[in-house]
Amino acid sequence: MQRHDFTYFVQEGVSNLFSHGFMSFAAVGITVACLLIMGTFSLVAYNAEMLLKTLESEYEILAFVEEGYHDALTQQVGEKLRQLPNVKSVEFITRQEAMDAFEQRTLDDYTRAHLDPNMFRDRYAVFVEDLNLVRQTAKEVRDVAGVGDVRVDEDIAGGFILVRNVAGAVSLALVAVLLVVSVFIISNTIRLTTFDRRDEIAIMKMVGATNSFIRWPFVYEGFFLGLLSSLIAFGLQWLVYATMAQSISAADTLQFLRVVPFADIWKPVALTFTAAGMVIGVGGSLTAIRKFLQV
Amino acid sequence: MIRLKDVEKEYENGTYALRGITLTIDDGEFVFLVGPSGSGKSTIIKLLTGEIMPTSGRIVVNGFSLTKISDRQIPLLRRSIGVIFQDFRLIEKKTVYENLSFAMRAVGASPRAIRSRIPYVLELVGLEEKANQYPHELSGGEQQRVAIARALVNNPNTIIADEPTGNLDPARSLEIMRLLGRINELGTTVVVVTHERDLVNRFRKRVVMLEQGLVTGDGVGYEAK
Ligand SMILES: Nc1ncnc2c1ncn2[C@@H]1O[C@H](COP(=O)(O)OP(=O)(O)O)[C@@H](O)[C@H]1O
Ligand SMILES: [Mg+2]
Repeated sequence: MQRHDFTYFVQEGVSNLFSHGFMSFAAVGITVACLLIMGTFSLVAYNAEMLLKTLESEYEILAFVEEGYHDALTQQVGEKLRQLPNVKSVEFITRQEAMDAFEQRTLDDYTRAHLDPNMFRDRYAVFVEDLNLVRQTAKEVRDVAGVGDVRVDEDIAGGFILVRNVAGAVSLALVAVLLVVSVFIISNTIRLTTFDRRDEIAIMKMVGATNSFIRWPFVYEGFFLGLLSSLIAFGLQWLVYATMAQSISAADTLQFLRVVPFADIWKPVALTFTAAGMVIGVGGSLTAIRKFLQV
Repeated sequence: MIRLKDVEKEYENGTYALRGITLTIDDGEFVFLVGPSGSGKSTIIKLLTGEIMPTSGRIVVNGFSLTKISDRQIPLLRRSIGVIFQDFRLIEKKTVYENLSFAMRAVGASPRAIRSRIPYVLELVGLEEKANQYPHELSGGEQQRVAIARALVNNPNTIIADEPTGNLDPARSLEIMRLLGRINELGTTVVVVTHERDLVNRFRKRVVMLEQGLVTGDGVGYEAK
């Protein structure tokens, strides 16, 4: 492509934008809304995933060793636990360590004064690979000879898995639907321009312009619509995200939710938005002119 | 060079527009294509520009064989032909100058080439004073001269005009024909479709007569058989 041709395509593309100011404005608005919805759900899913990762690394199944097991037997229990599927690591905690930890946690002076290591049992903290399989793993831990009792908090794990899976599925579905919607909107805007310019297009064909030459200004028009939408959507996404993060950290009941700061993720978010905007814009213009340029 | 051999055209709706046309127009010729309305004149022009395909027969225009031409070659064929219509087909929102530069840009001409070519072409058609006017500010004859300038601006070797004077009074019509004659003298092949017998007879040029999709006369002057 010649440089003067490129300049021409860009100029024409931009002037197309303004020749249908209102329509372009509406298309950008709807595309921004679509990008924002897609972005917000994807970011919720991403945060749920991150939380789950942290939770996974901290999540433990406590396996209490039977009363009366001496050291060698206790060690055997640990070996068996380590060999179970889905077990990442196993950590031995003596009754003394368990008591110390409890002592630090409790504020009740009376209880503290009357603590005795014999009230506690030796135990293993079992860490898992995949939280989804916690229920199964807990059952297998319980079946290990020498394990007297097991403590496992399935509710917390289940809740997070649900949030993660729902947010993931919803954002996937939304991305698919909203991509189609925004491509359709941009495509309609550009179809309007091609209709407006049908006389010019006829003349271009008559004097021997190639189809690709005729196509380029419309591709640029779509490209700019998409790019503009992604820039605006990115700014708004930042605002929405920061507001949500702030209200979560301000709410008493949601303190335990650690939200990834936007500053940590703005680069991939910006990249994704720009790419999505370009795909939507160029996809929209190609759909619009495909039919128009046959003959 | 334009060569048609046994060309037939039947439209999708069954209209049999051309029934076996054989015709050769050499480079540098000036030819009037005449005949009553519906005799197939415009169909021939659409075939020559690759807008429609013949049902049978062979057509060669400026080295392009139109029955075998690929979609990619059609723009090249069209760059070798300048077309003029009865209704001018100018872009109303663009000035005379912009109409011409638009046609040059469409085939990838550089701004430098555009700047040097347009004044020359405008002078040729006698419109150097009207470069910055809009089509609606011009008379019909002037508008048609803009269309001729646009047809010439990419330096084609053939000009094809479909009833270029259909909307003009006799004096303007004569001017347009004289202009086309002058362009022909500069070396361009010119094919003019018209049904204005008096106008044709003012020039001693080759006349091809078309009736009901057949060539019924070919010689100098309208009356020739
Ligand atoms: N696109 C078309 N579809 C069907 N019939 C057509 C079409 N164009 C022209 N015709 C018919 O073909 C015949 C020749 O038309 P045309 O070439 O336009 O004649 P002319 O230009 O000599 O008046 C006419 O009968 C006309 O009605
Ligand atoms: Mg006609």
